[in-house]
Amino acid sequence: MNIIDHLFKKGKNKLSIYFTAGYPKLNSTKKIIQILQQSKVNLIEIGLPYSDPMADGLIIQKSNKKALKNGMNPDQLFSQLQLIQNEIQVPLILMGYYNQFLKFGEESFLNCCKKSGISGLIFPDLPLEIYKEKYQKLFEKYELYFICLVTSQTPDNRILLLSNISKGFLYVVSSISTTGQNKDFETDPLIFLNRINNLNLSIPTLVGFGIANKNSFNLACQYANGGIIGSAFIQSLDENDLEGSIHRFIASILY
Amino acid sequence: MNSYLDDKNGFYGDFGGTFIPEILWINFKELKDSYESIILDPSFNKKFESLLNNYVGRPTPLFYCNELSKKYKTNIYLKREDLNHTGSHKINNTIGQALFAKQLGKKKIIAETGAGQHGIATATVCSLLSLECIIFMGETDILRQAINVSKMKMLGAKIIPATTGNKTLKDAINEALRYWINHPECYYLIGSVVGPHPYPKIVAYFQSIISKEIKKQLQEKKGITQPNYIITCIGGGSNSIGAFYHFLENASVKLIAVESAGLGIYTNKTAATTIQGSKGVIHGSLTFVMQDKYGQIIDPYSISAGMDYPGIGPMHANLFHTQRVKFFNVTDNDVLQAAYEISQIEGIIPALESAHALAILPKISFKKEDIVVINLSGRGDKDLKNYIRHLNQFLK
Ligand SMILES: Cc1ncc(COP(=O)(O)O)c(C=O)c1O
Repeated sequence: MNIIDHLFKKGKNKLSIYFTAGYPKLNSTKKIIQILQQSKVNLIEIGLPYSDPMADGLIIQKSNKKALKNGMNPDQLFSQLQLIQNEIQVPLILMGYYNQFLKFGEESFLNCCKKSGISGLIFPDLPLEIYKEKYQKLFEKYELYFICLVTSQTPDNRILLLSNISKGFLYVVSSISTTGQNKDFETDPLIFLNRINNLNLSIPTLVGFGIANKNSFNLACQYANGGIIGSAFIQSLDENDLEGSIHRFIASILY
Repeated sequence: MNSYLDDKNGFYGDFGGTFIPEILWINFKELKDSYESIILDPSFNKKFESLLNNYVGRPTPLFYCNELSKKYKTNIYLKREDLNHTGSHKINNTIGQALFAKQLGKKKIIAETGAGQHGIATATVCSLLSLECIIFMGETDILRQAINVSKMKMLGAKIIPATTGNKTLKDAINEALRYWINHPECYYLIGSVVGPHPYPKIVAYFQSIISKEIKKQLQEKKGITQPNYIITCIGGGSNSIGAFYHFLENASVKLIAVESAGLGIYTNKTAATTIQGSKGVIHGSLTFVMQDKYGQIIDPYSISAGMDYPGIGPMHANLFHTQRVKFFNVTDNDVLQAAYEISQIEGIIPALESAHALAILPKISFKKEDIVVINLSGRGDKDLKNYIRHLNQFLK
């Protein structure tokens, strides 16, 4: 059984944190994961930095650029993760762009993910049809979950379709925006989140994009199984005090 | 039936597709659901052709070059896309797409631009058709192309600088796509046969007027149905596919696309995608792209901003893969030489992009009776700064 399923067996209010591998320093990744685990984060999403992150806002674009300059790449990340694999119990999700998966060689990529303790993957630009036709069997072979996104623009029948393909949870994009836009979280998305609830999906949901503080996180938790914070977390990272800055940020959300 | 132009779920052979985040799905659904019924409609085409004739100045001449033909011992015709309003083929596409956007009920257009040719063509059409216009342009290009920036502003467009990456064309497209994610009410008017399906198909269709006219003009002038060669430059591929379109199924027409080698194909200052690139996704399309072993896109280089793109469109990727089109490349220096040559013997100052197609002439051995059509995609006014810099090197 995939450990993501264990996570959603017990209760709601799950906090998922997204950060960019190799940022602020090449070797920050291990440390960030360890501290996030200590601070009781429920799920960790590791962003694989990319030269052309189409769906990302400025903060993540900048962290991607710096991480690439630092020398982060999939081989680096996999070997860093393998060093801490035995001590990490929090499910790890890897998020990247399709071209990174394609160029690495899809099967070796999945094999490396499995060996590095990753439980699920998100490729926001990999179309559903291509996933089903070319990759679903491979994901199953390596017991990795493919996680789909839905947005407020996605019609009901497509949400149902995506929720049937997605494994572990469905990633609910709260606003029509790139990451980190944080516009009016309190009003617009509620209609959409209600719509999702009315569909009575059988898969857990996490709300992401634009969640930046305790308020928006709590609101996400009212409607879904939890929330995903990315840009606001990355922005809060203090290179000179990683541990302190992470604990302070997580405390500001949870307590 | 045209096997090179017909897509299967948006794919041309192995290439193409719609590799976009879910947030853009609805934007593309709107395009996919409507483009065929709108752009193939006869009344739409009537409007399109009327603007091409009366506003753009089509048909453009197919001009026989006496001196150039003598020099290369063959028969060379130039398709004069440089004589279009705004100075290049780009306006064929912007008129078509702006009319399409109007049919979709859109009021605001966004577009990317490199050198500014597509930006000006878009701003021009938006002014004509009373559409709001926002142009994304890399910060580096804004500095390099000050006059074109002023022209776009004079035409009423708003310019938003792209400040990420190398701050050039690729980054301007990224910014336009991101803006579209945040503003789905806009119409994104893409400038070449690149990007997710159905854009390559739409742009190719609007540019196909070029080969339609070539066919008719060859018939009128020479009583023949096809040339022996068609030669084009290729940045993304829009002028190229336009010139090839109606000849793709005629296997005896040799089709040639010329890429920018920049300083040389084995330097790291090049834009020769079919040499340096490999299969990959750029701007939502699976095609040939310049990338490192981890799939990070490599910044290209070319003297000419319109050729400075790290990919080619998916139709061209298929035409390259199936060897229907032969790809060549020429260096910055070859290009300058060709531009000076044609200026001095035919009285035509070409765009740097178009000079790539001319620069291949010394490298091919033509037969005396061959009919060679070169697509002169644009005029050289925008490149004068570059030309003047090399004046002493090339003046005899
Ligand atoms: C005159 C001219 N020719 C060619 C190009 C290259 O684009 P494409 O390959 O799409 O025709 C450009 C692009 O800006 C251009 O301005």
